[in-house]
Amino acid sequence: MEMLTEFGKILVFFFLAIIFVALAFTVNRIIRPARPTKEKLLTYECGENPIGSPWIKFNVRFYVVALIFLLFDVEITLLIPWALVYKEFGVYGFIVGFLFLFILMLGMLYEWRKGDLDWVKPEVKPKDLKTVLEEFEKEYGKI
Amino acid sequence: MGILDKEFTESNIVITKFDDLMNWARLSSLWQMTFGLACCAIEMMATSASHYDFDRFGVIPRPSPRQADIIIISGTVTLKMALRIKRLYEQMPEPKYIISMGSCANCGGPYWNHGYHVLKGVDRIIPVDVYVPGCPPRPEALLEGLLKLQEKIRNQSLVKKPV
Repeated sequence: MEMLTEFGKILVFFFLAIIFVALAFTVNRIIRPARPTKEKLLTYECGENPIGSPWIKFNVRFYVVALIFLLFDVEITLLIPWALVYKEFGVYGFIVGFLFLFILMLGMLYEWRKGDLDWVKPEVKPKDLKTVLEEFEKEYGKI
Repeated sequence: MGILDKEFTESNIVITKFDDLMNWARLSSLWQMTFGLACCAIEMMATSASHYDFDRFGVIPRPSPRQADIIIISGTVTLKMALRIKRLYEQMPEPKYIISMGSCANCGGPYWNHGYHVLKGVDRIIPVDVYVPGCPPRPEALLEGLLKLQEKIRNQSLVKKPV
């Protein structure tokens, strides 16, 4: 063992891990039942027929919503330990805690001002009867 | 094709010991497909919860048929649902087992005569291993069904039985 440095031991573990995983996969491959069918290889959609491409576009504004959520999530996580030791710190703890909340509130106000909380709805123009009929005929044939 | 897909004509100590190991592994980790159909599903949930504790038999609900070993048909199988059940069963990897829970799944139950929308027994579309009677069966009955299934798995063998 004296020949091995500390990093050498890690290297040995690294190779052992690779061998272990490779061995497990090989043994699995040899003994497992493998009966693939068309139905089995189908995309799992809770038993429904898979329709369309899984590559769909999400609205990019969800990114900002997720970011804001993360921010306030962290805020709650940080406030729980603060609430636990709140009594011991008294007025000082109160001030520090609310300073923290105030800073986050500034961020919130900034987002609000920037309009990240507004959800722009697509404008729906009402169609006149003539276009509706034309579209219907195009789809289903003459009425 | 793996070893577990093969059938042997003659038995020997290696095969029987391998059988024992495999059966033990299979029966003690019967991962269940999360799948509830009707009121029986409420009893199934009760069985999974802490009081009856399905987990002690190794039954863990899985979100996908790819990871599941058993599917408990818990409730009324309507004709619409029957197609989905068939597909979900097909999508489970071998070995796969089925527990039919309650009268509806067993034979149509109260819908036997006039249920125009109900499949009269889930065994018309998929091979059922254990039938649990009751309407709905109590959690104890479902546990008993599972024990019966474990018994069945314990007696499985790779050796082809003489006809």
